[in-house]
Amino acid sequence: MPLASYQTSVPVVVDDAKCIADKGCTVCVDVCPLDVLRISDMTNKAYMAYDECWYCMPCEADCPTGAVTVNIPYLLR
Amino acid sequence: MALDQIVDGLSEVSCDVLVIGGGTAGPMAALKAKLKNPKANVVLLEKANVKRSGAISMGMDGLNNAVIPGYATPEQYTKEITIANDGIVDQKAVYKYAQNCYKIIEELDSFGIRFLKNENGDYAVKKVHHIGTYVLPMPNGETVKKALYRQLRRARILISNRYMATRLLKSSDGRIAGAISVNTRTAEVLVIRAKAVILCMGAAGRLGLPTSGYMFGTYENAANSGDGYAMAYHAGAALANLECYQINPLIKDYNGPACAYVAGPFGAFTANNEGSRFIECDYWSGQMMLEFYNELLSGKGPVFLQLKHLHPDTISEIESTLHKVERPTRGLFQQGRGVDYRNDSIEMHISEIGFCSGHSASGVFVDDNARTTVPGLYAAGDMASVPHNYMLGAFTNGSVAGIDAMEFADSHDFAEFDAHDVAKERDRVLAPTKREDGIPPNQVEYKTRRLVNDYLQPPKVTRKYELGMRRLAEAREDMQERMIARNAHELLRALEVQSIMDCADMAVHASLYREESRWGLYHWRTDFPEKDNENWFCHTLLSKQNGKMTSEKRAVEPYVVPIADDEKDLYDKQRIRASA
Repeated sequence: MPLASYQTSVPVVVDDAKCIADKGCTVCVDVCPLDVLRISDMTNKAYMAYDECWYCMPCEADCPTGAVTVNIPYLLR
Repeated sequence: MALDQIVDGLSEVSCDVLVIGGGTAGPMAALKAKLKNPKANVVLLEKANVKRSGAISMGMDGLNNAVIPGYATPEQYTKEITIANDGIVDQKAVYKYAQNCYKIIEELDSFGIRFLKNENGDYAVKKVHHIGTYVLPMPNGETVKKALYRQLRRARILISNRYMATRLLKSSDGRIAGAISVNTRTAEVLVIRAKAVILCMGAAGRLGLPTSGYMFGTYENAANSGDGYAMAYHAGAALANLECYQINPLIKDYNGPACAYVAGPFGAFTANNEGSRFIECDYWSGQMMLEFYNELLSGKGPVFLQLKHLHPDTISEIESTLHKVERPTRGLFQQGRGVDYRNDSIEMHISEIGFCSGHSASGVFVDDNARTTVPGLYAAGDMASVPHNYMLGAFTNGSVAGIDAMEFADSHDFAEFDAHDVAKERDRVLAPTKREDGIPPNQVEYKTRRLVNDYLQPPKVTRKYELGMRRLAEAREDMQERMIARNAHELLRALEVQSIMDCADMAVHASLYREESRWGLYHWRTDFPEKDNENWFCHTLLSKQNGKMTSEKRAVEPYVVPIADDEKDLYDKQRIRASA
């Protein structure tokens, strides 16, 4: 069976202007228990690549520049 | 090269003691093993990152089972947990925990994790349990993981993050020989030879599906997918009382604790829609959960945690704990719902099922030295069978496991394993990556967990369980023959689904085996509605024998702390009676 991708609004939002992943920072990617954050090849900034979030907060709490915001996933908001 | 791209690779390392799981029990086990023999190699393997992994990722708001001199005695605590767990307790391990945990508290204190003290400088312990006083708040509980991590670095523990262990290796004579793991970002396989292995892999918290429909909106850290239970099972270790599920009273939809343990001592309580109390005690037991369930169905639901009657200053104090530690997004959630604790009560519900001895009693069977039934294999924390052991139990029993495992490693050489086992496991692990077409892991997982909710959530009905078993077998066939993983991250999820499926099968098997009702809602079988002490006052041990899932009875060890007849059913009297 062929696969389709479907839209999902992701809970973790990164402010590109504050994110310093392009300077080599990977803190949020490193600490995530579910390993759902990645650095974009295009923008060199962090983003949520997989919508598999426990809304637990290490990414936001440990970000050195305050670029990361964790929202409650829409389905349980 | 981009993360998640699959790389073909196989390497092997060796160590004296391998600890799998870097949450709570794991770091303590690794630390104690290393301190026991500083010359030995201790490896701490973690699926995520030790800095923020496990149930206490963002810290913890308190110790729920602190046995502190002057407030409680080991005898009293052992008695309380025996009664709360309906008598099915090998007290030796609980008693040993109760004796050792104060020392561990002092040690955690020395790591910089502070506990609430009163004006005299004594620990300010609060009462939540039915009988005794054991809850100790942690005002800076958000520092737990950082403090632990510092200790690990200082002791030079070798930490391997982003490796998911998949199977244990054994020698032909049944001794532990190591583990096989896979890198969660490259799919490279790493074999770790070890003289002793300690499993600290947390609860099976991704078993049922949250009612929100969001697969990762679980009570437990969603990374805790029951991998330890599955690995122990496939290694032939016995698992105890899996039918004693974990089911929790949680904030509806958010699925985190409300949290009565924090707010209760300040005067908050669980109320029905009339604002009345209906349970005597907010401590999480199966008996309490049954009353919660009854209230929800009685027409007096929903059930709430009520604290609006408290002084605004008190509410602010509670709020600052609830919104800072353990699950800090609770504040954000309540804000989104427009809930202010000063005016509104917190709507609660009953969680999906899981395995977790941290709160109930479903775990890999261990004795009072944290030894499993496989020589050289240990387990501690939420996945080991010491009941109701919470975070402090994970630390304390992790410590026990670390010391005993290092003694084992010091007196044994490496056991030999069959290279064929590695090849076979590698094929199994990588199979979803070899298919061109198939079903993605998220769909197999959703279906499996939906079936768990439909057929396994108590009350347990034999006919439903039999149907559930058939449906799960069909899903298993899809999983084994058709599941596809297109990158290393999907492979991680595909492997987790296999743990979830194994746990679902074990839940069915264990539940059908025990033909009585016990532990309130946790094991309420409508076909056997009564507690049957004559035939079932025993543990049930589930294990893989000749490739087949098998259950057997095991006698409860004679009590160390006697329980009087009139104390045995104290936890059965949870419902508040109307009195004249």
